[in-house]
Amino acid sequence: MTDTSIWLTIIFLGIGTYLIRYSFVGFFGDKQLPAWLIRHLRYVPVAVMPGLIAPLTVWPAATGGELDPARLIAAASALIIGGVFRSVLGAIFGGMAVLYLGLYFL
Amino acid sequence: MGRDMSRTRTAYWKGIWAGMPFLVMAVPFGVLFGVVATDAGFDILQSFAISVIVVAGASQFSAVQVLSDGAPWYIAVATGLAVNMRMAMYSASLAPHLGKAATWHRIVLSYFMIDQTYGVSILEFDRKPEASVSEKLAYFFGTATLIFPVWYASTLLGVIAGSAIPPEYALDFAVPIMFIALVAPSLRSLPHLVAAVVSVIVSLALVWMPYNLWLMVAAVAAMIAGAEVERQMGARK
Repeated sequence: MTDTSIWLTIIFLGIGTYLIRYSFVGFFGDKQLPAWLIRHLRYVPVAVMPGLIAPLTVWPAATGGELDPARLIAAASALIIGGVFRSVLGAIFGGMAVLYLGLYFL
Repeated sequence: MGRDMSRTRTAYWKGIWAGMPFLVMAVPFGVLFGVVATDAGFDILQSFAISVIVVAGASQFSAVQVLSDGAPWYIAVATGLAVNMRMAMYSASLAPHLGKAATWHRIVLSYFMIDQTYGVSILEFDRKPEASVSEKLAYFFGTATLIFPVWYASTLLGVIAGSAIPPEYALDFAVPIMFIALVAPSLRSLPHLVAAVVSVIVSLALVWMPYNLWLMVAAVAAMIAGAEVERQMGARK
Protein backbone atom coordinates (compact mmCIF):
# COMPACT_ATOMS: atom_id res chain seq x y z
CA MET A 1 0.00 0.00 0.00
CA THR A 2 1.49 3.33 -1.11
CA ASP A 3 1.20 6.78 0.45
CA THR A 4 -0.82 7.95 -2.55
CA SER A 5 -3.32 5.12 -2.25
CA ILE A 6 -3.77 5.84 1.47
CA TRP A 7 -4.44 9.54 0.82
CA LEU A 8 -6.80 8.81 -2.08
CA THR A 9 -8.72 6.43 0.20
CA ILE A 10 -8.94 9.01 2.98
CA ILE A 11 -10.10 11.83 0.69
CA PHE A 12 -12.64 9.91 -1.37
CA LEU A 13 -14.02 7.94 1.57
CA GLY A 14 -14.35 11.29 3.37
CA ILE A 15 -16.16 13.03 0.52
CA GLY A 16 -18.42 10.04 -0.16
CA THR A 17 -19.32 9.58 3.50
CA TYR A 18 -20.08 13.29 3.86
CA LEU A 19 -22.39 13.20 0.83
CA ILE A 20 -24.25 10.19 2.27
CA ARG A 21 -24.76 12.13 5.51
CA TYR A 22 -25.82 15.29 3.71
CA SER A 23 -28.10 13.49 1.22
CA PHE A 24 -31.57 13.72 2.73
CA VAL A 25 -31.05 16.46 5.29
CA GLY A 26 -29.34 18.56 2.61
CA PHE A 27 -30.65 17.89 -0.87
CA PHE A 28 -34.12 16.48 -0.45
CA GLY A 29 -35.42 18.41 2.57
CA ASP A 30 -38.04 16.30 4.33
CA LYS A 31 -39.01 13.88 1.56
CA GLN A 32 -39.52 10.31 2.81
CA LEU A 33 -37.44 7.33 1.68
CA PRO A 34 -39.50 4.50 0.19
CA ALA A 35 -40.20 1.73 2.73
CA TRP A 36 -38.42 -1.00 0.72
CA LEU A 37 -35.22 1.07 0.64
CA ILE A 38 -35.28 1.71 4.40
CA ARG A 39 -35.87 -2.01 4.92
CA HIS A 40 -32.72 -2.82 2.94
CA LEU A 41 -30.56 -0.08 4.47
CA ARG A 42 -31.38 -1.41 7.93
CA TYR A 43 -29.36 -4.56 7.15
CA VAL A 44 -26.30 -2.84 5.69
CA PRO A 45 -24.02 -3.15 8.76
CA VAL A 46 -24.96 -6.76 9.49
CA ALA A 47 -24.57 -7.62 5.79
CA VAL A 48 -21.12 -6.08 5.36
CA MET A 49 -19.24 -6.66 8.62
CA PRO A 50 -19.60 -10.45 9.04
CA GLY A 51 -18.61 -11.01 5.39
CA LEU A 52 -15.59 -8.75 5.73
CA ILE A 53 -14.16 -10.63 8.68
CA ALA A 54 -15.25 -14.23 7.96
CA PRO A 55 -12.20 -15.08 5.79
CA LEU A 56 -9.87 -13.30 8.28
CA THR A 57 -11.32 -15.42 11.07
CA VAL A 58 -11.14 -18.77 9.31
CA TRP A 59 -7.86 -18.21 7.44
CA PRO A 60 -5.89 -15.59 9.44
CA ALA A 61 -2.90 -14.01 7.66
CA ALA A 62 -0.86 -14.14 10.88
CA THR A 63 -0.80 -17.95 10.78
CA GLY A 64 -0.14 -18.04 7.03
CA GLY A 65 -3.80 -18.88 6.31
CA GLU A 66 -3.86 -21.94 8.62
CA LEU A 67 -6.97 -22.54 10.71
CA ASP A 68 -6.11 -21.36 14.22
CA PRO A 69 -8.02 -22.78 17.23
CA ALA A 70 -7.11 -19.83 19.50
CA ARG A 71 -8.55 -17.31 17.02
CA LEU A 72 -11.67 -19.36 16.34
CA ILE A 73 -12.42 -19.77 20.04
CA ALA A 74 -11.82 -16.06 20.60
CA ALA A 75 -14.21 -15.18 17.77
CA ALA A 76 -16.87 -17.52 19.15
CA SER A 77 -16.46 -16.02 22.64
CA ALA A 78 -16.88 -12.48 21.33
CA LEU A 79 -20.00 -13.58 19.45
CA ILE A 80 -21.53 -15.23 22.52
CA ILE A 81 -20.66 -12.43 24.95
CA GLY A 82 -22.00 -9.81 22.53
CA GLY A 83 -25.16 -11.78 21.80
CA VAL A 84 -26.01 -12.75 25.36
CA PHE A 85 -25.08 -9.54 27.21
CA ARG A 86 -25.66 -7.11 24.34
CA SER A 87 -22.40 -5.47 25.31
CA VAL A 88 -20.05 -4.32 22.56
CA LEU A 89 -17.22 -3.45 24.93
CA GLY A 90 -17.65 -6.69 26.87
CA ALA A 91 -17.40 -8.66 23.63
CA ILE A 92 -14.23 -6.82 22.54
CA PHE A 93 -12.42 -7.21 25.85
CA GLY A 94 -13.73 -10.73 26.46
CA GLY A 95 -12.78 -11.85 22.95
CA MET A 96 -9.27 -10.43 23.20
CA ALA A 97 -8.80 -11.94 26.67
CA VAL A 98 -9.83 -15.38 25.37
CA LEU A 99 -7.48 -14.90 22.40
CA TYR A 100 -4.50 -14.20 24.68
CA LEU A 101 -5.37 -17.16 26.93
CA GLY A 102 -5.67 -19.37 23.86
CA LEU A 103 -2.40 -18.20 22.33
CA TYR A 104 -0.69 -18.79 25.66
CA PHE A 105 -2.08 -22.23 26.45
CA LEU A 106 -2.81 -23.86 23.07
CA MET B 1 -36.06 36.24 22.37
CA GLY B 2 -34.45 35.83 25.76
CA ARG B 3 -36.69 32.89 26.52
CA ASP B 4 -35.91 31.20 23.18
CA MET B 5 -32.19 31.64 23.85
CA SER B 6 -32.44 30.01 27.24
CA ARG B 7 -34.51 27.12 25.85
CA THR B 8 -31.90 26.57 23.16
CA ARG B 9 -29.17 26.63 25.77
CA THR B 10 -31.05 24.10 27.90
CA ALA B 11 -31.45 21.83 24.88
CA TYR B 12 -27.73 22.07 24.14
CA TRP B 13 -26.79 21.04 27.70
CA LYS B 14 -29.31 18.22 27.63
CA GLY B 15 -27.65 16.99 24.45
CA ILE B 16 -24.20 17.07 26.03
CA TRP B 17 -25.50 15.14 29.02
CA ALA B 18 -27.29 12.52 26.90
CA GLY B 19 -24.18 11.95 24.78
CA MET B 20 -21.89 11.26 27.71
CA PRO B 21 -22.34 7.49 28.12
CA PHE B 22 -21.03 6.99 24.58
CA LEU B 23 -17.63 8.41 25.46
CA VAL B 24 -16.90 5.16 27.30
CA MET B 25 -17.21 3.37 23.96
CA ALA B 26 -15.45 5.97 21.79
CA VAL B 27 -12.15 5.88 23.70
CA PRO B 28 -11.21 2.19 23.29
CA PHE B 29 -12.64 2.19 19.76
CA GLY B 30 -10.52 5.19 18.76
CA VAL B 31 -7.40 3.85 20.47
CA LEU B 32 -7.86 0.51 18.74
CA PHE B 33 -8.25 2.25 15.40
CA GLY B 34 -5.03 4.20 15.91
CA VAL B 35 -3.22 0.99 16.81
CA VAL B 36 -4.59 -1.00 13.85
CA ALA B 37 -3.99 1.80 11.31
CA THR B 38 -0.39 2.23 12.49
CA ASP B 39 0.13 -1.51 12.37
CA ALA B 40 -1.16 -1.54 8.75
CA GLY B 41 1.32 1.15 7.66
CA PHE B 42 -0.56 4.45 8.10
CA ASP B 43 1.65 7.25 9.43
CA ILE B 44 0.54 9.51 12.27
CA LEU B 45 -0.89 12.22 9.99
CA GLN B 46 -2.81 9.71 7.87
CA SER B 47 -4.32 7.94 10.89
CA PHE B 48 -5.37 11.25 12.40
CA ALA B 49 -6.66 12.63 9.08
CA ILE B 50 -8.93 9.67 8.39
CA SER B 51 -10.47 9.94 11.88
CA VAL B 52 -11.09 13.67 11.39
CA ILE B 53 -12.27 13.53 7.76
CA VAL B 54 -14.31 10.31 7.72
CA VAL B 55 -15.37 10.03 11.42
CA ALA B 56 -16.94 6.59 11.01
CA GLY B 57 -14.99 3.91 12.86
CA ALA B 58 -16.37 0.78 11.22
CA SER B 59 -15.74 2.11 7.70
CA GLN B 60 -12.25 3.27 8.68
CA PHE B 61 -11.38 -0.21 9.96
CA SER B 62 -12.84 -1.74 6.77
CA ALA B 63 -10.87 0.57 4.47
CA VAL B 64 -7.61 -0.08 6.34
CA GLN B 65 -8.26 -3.82 6.23
CA VAL B 66 -8.96 -3.81 2.48
CA LEU B 67 -5.85 -1.72 1.75
CA SER B 68 -3.65 -4.04 3.79
CA ASP B 69 -5.10 -7.00 1.84
CA GLY B 70 -3.39 -5.34 -1.14
CA ALA B 71 -6.56 -4.20 -2.94
CA PRO B 72 -6.52 -0.89 -4.89
CA TRP B 73 -7.65 2.31 -3.14
CA TYR B 74 -11.00 2.56 -4.91
CA ILE B 75 -11.97 -0.86 -3.59
CA ALA B 76 -11.14 0.37 -0.08
CA VAL B 77 -13.30 3.45 -0.72
CA ALA B 78 -16.19 1.34 -2.08
CA THR B 79 -16.05 -1.00 0.92
CA GLY B 80 -15.98 1.89 3.39
CA LEU B 81 -18.88 3.61 1.63
CA ALA B 82 -20.88 0.37 1.67
CA VAL B 83 -20.47 0.25 5.46
CA ASN B 84 -21.58 3.89 5.68
CA MET B 85 -24.71 3.55 3.52
CA ARG B 86 -26.69 3.17 6.74
CA MET B 87 -26.17 6.90 7.27
CA ALA B 88 -28.50 7.62 4.33
CA MET B 89 -31.16 6.17 6.60
CA TYR B 90 -30.06 8.45 9.47
CA SER B 91 -30.13 11.46 7.15
CA ALA B 92 -33.62 10.57 5.94
CA SER B 93 -34.98 10.13 9.44
CA LEU B 94 -33.44 13.41 10.68
CA ALA B 95 -34.77 15.34 7.68
CA PRO B 96 -38.33 15.88 9.01
CA HIS B 97 -36.80 17.44 12.18
CA LEU B 98 -33.81 19.36 10.83
CA GLY B 99 -34.58 19.71 7.09
CA LYS B 100 -35.96 23.21 7.73
CA ALA B 101 -32.77 24.50 9.37
CA ALA B 102 -30.65 27.08 7.53
CA THR B 103 -28.53 25.65 4.71
CA TRP B 104 -25.22 26.27 6.46
CA HIS B 105 -26.55 24.62 9.61
CA ARG B 106 -27.39 21.54 7.57
CA ILE B 107 -23.95 21.63 5.91
CA VAL B 108 -22.29 21.65 9.34
CA LEU B 109 -24.60 19.18 11.09
CA SER B 110 -24.07 16.58 8.33
CA TYR B 111 -20.41 16.33 9.31
CA PHE B 112 -21.46 15.52 12.88
CA MET B 113 -23.91 12.76 11.90
CA ILE B 114 -22.55 9.51 13.40
CA ASP B 115 -24.20 6.48 14.99
CA GLN B 116 -24.16 8.01 18.46
CA THR B 117 -25.30 11.58 17.71
CA TYR B 118 -28.04 10.23 15.45
CA GLY B 119 -29.18 7.55 17.88
CA VAL B 120 -29.37 9.86 20.88
CA SER B 121 -30.97 12.76 18.98
CA ILE B 122 -33.67 10.82 17.16
CA LEU B 123 -34.87 9.38 20.49
CA GLU B 124 -35.31 12.91 21.84
CA PHE B 125 -36.89 14.27 18.63
CA ASP B 126 -39.43 11.45 18.48
CA ARG B 127 -40.24 12.06 22.14
CA LYS B 128 -40.68 15.81 21.62
CA PRO B 129 -41.54 16.42 17.98
CA GLU B 130 -43.05 19.82 18.84
CA ALA B 131 -39.69 21.34 19.93
CA SER B 132 -38.43 24.17 17.68
CA VAL B 133 -35.83 23.60 14.97
CA SER B 134 -33.26 25.63 16.92
CA GLU B 135 -33.82 23.54 20.06
CA LYS B 136 -33.41 20.35 18.04
CA LEU B 137 -30.27 21.71 16.39
CA ALA B 138 -28.83 22.69 19.77
CA TYR B 139 -29.60 19.26 21.20
CA PHE B 140 -27.96 17.56 18.21
CA PHE B 141 -24.81 19.69 18.48
CA GLY B 142 -24.78 18.98 22.21
CA THR B 143 -24.60 15.24 21.57
CA ALA B 144 -21.60 15.85 19.26
CA THR B 145 -19.67 18.25 21.49
CA LEU B 146 -17.69 15.76 23.56
CA ILE B 147 -17.56 12.66 21.41
CA PHE B 148 -15.82 14.30 18.43
CA PRO B 149 -12.75 15.67 20.26
CA VAL B 150 -12.59 12.43 22.29
CA TRP B 151 -12.62 10.39 19.06
CA TYR B 152 -9.78 12.45 17.53
CA ALA B 153 -7.69 12.32 20.71
CA SER B 154 -8.13 8.60 21.25
CA THR B 155 -7.04 7.89 17.66
CA LEU B 156 -3.84 9.84 18.34
CA LEU B 157 -3.34 7.97 21.58
CA GLY B 158 -3.68 4.68 19.70
CA VAL B 159 -1.13 5.77 17.10
CA ILE B 160 1.38 6.58 19.81
CA ALA B 161 0.65 3.37 21.75
CA GLY B 162 0.53 1.30 18.54
CA SER B 163 4.09 1.91 17.52
CA ALA B 164 5.12 0.39 20.89
CA ILE B 165 3.07 -2.84 20.63
CA PRO B 166 5.00 -5.95 19.41
CA PRO B 167 3.39 -8.49 16.99
CA GLU B 168 2.91 -11.22 19.61
CA TYR B 169 -0.10 -9.27 20.86
CA ALA B 170 -1.97 -10.60 17.79
CA LEU B 171 -3.55 -7.26 16.93
CA ASP B 172 -4.27 -8.66 13.49
CA PHE B 173 -7.25 -10.21 15.22
CA ALA B 174 -8.52 -7.04 16.88
CA VAL B 175 -10.49 -6.11 13.75
CA PRO B 176 -12.42 -9.41 13.47
CA ILE B 177 -13.15 -9.33 17.22
CA MET B 178 -14.38 -5.77 17.02
CA PHE B 179 -16.70 -6.35 14.07
CA ILE B 180 -18.10 -9.46 15.74
CA ALA B 181 -18.68 -7.35 18.86
CA LEU B 182 -20.46 -4.62 16.89
CA VAL B 183 -22.77 -7.07 15.14
CA ALA B 184 -23.44 -9.66 17.88
CA PRO B 185 -25.99 -7.65 19.93
CA SER B 186 -28.26 -7.31 16.86
CA LEU B 187 -28.27 -11.05 16.10
CA ARG B 188 -31.14 -11.73 18.45
CA SER B 189 -33.48 -10.57 15.73
CA LEU B 190 -34.16 -13.23 13.09
CA PRO B 191 -33.73 -11.04 9.96
CA HIS B 192 -30.39 -9.75 11.29
CA LEU B 193 -29.25 -13.28 12.08
CA VAL B 194 -30.20 -14.51 8.60
CA ALA B 195 -28.38 -11.56 6.98
CA ALA B 196 -25.22 -12.26 9.01
CA VAL B 197 -25.23 -15.99 8.21
CA VAL B 198 -25.75 -15.34 4.48
CA SER B 199 -22.95 -12.77 4.55
CA VAL B 200 -20.50 -15.24 6.14
CA ILE B 201 -21.39 -18.19 3.88
CA VAL B 202 -21.29 -16.22 0.62
CA SER B 203 -18.02 -14.47 1.47
CA LEU B 204 -16.31 -17.73 2.45
CA ALA B 205 -17.55 -19.38 -0.75
CA LEU B 206 -16.49 -16.54 -3.06
CA VAL B 207 -13.27 -15.41 -1.41
CA TRP B 208 -11.33 -16.49 -4.55
CA MET B 209 -12.82 -13.51 -6.44
CA PRO B 210 -10.38 -10.63 -7.04
CA TYR B 211 -10.58 -7.06 -5.64
CA ASN B 212 -12.78 -7.89 -2.66
CA LEU B 213 -15.68 -8.42 -5.08
CA TRP B 214 -16.72 -11.33 -2.89
CA LEU B 215 -17.54 -8.84 -0.14
CA MET B 216 -19.83 -6.79 -2.40
CA VAL B 217 -21.67 -9.91 -3.56
CA ALA B 218 -21.97 -11.22 0.01
CA ALA B 219 -23.21 -7.85 1.31
CA VAL B 220 -25.88 -7.43 -1.36
CA ALA B 221 -27.09 -11.03 -0.94
CA ALA B 222 -27.20 -10.66 2.86
CA MET B 223 -29.02 -7.31 2.69
CA ILE B 224 -31.70 -8.76 0.42
CA ALA B 225 -32.01 -11.84 2.65
CA GLY B 226 -32.48 -9.73 5.81
CA ALA B 227 -35.00 -7.39 4.17
CA GLU B 228 -36.94 -10.34 2.72
CA VAL B 229 -37.17 -12.16 6.07
CA GLU B 230 -38.38 -8.92 7.68
CA ARG B 231 -41.01 -8.45 4.96
CA GLN B 232 -42.31 -12.00 5.36
CA MET B 233 -42.41 -11.74 9.14
CA GLY B 234 -44.38 -8.52 8.77
CA ALA B 235 -46.78 -10.15 6.30
CA ARG B 236 -47.48 -13.02 8.68
CA LYS B 237 -48.50 -10.73 11.54
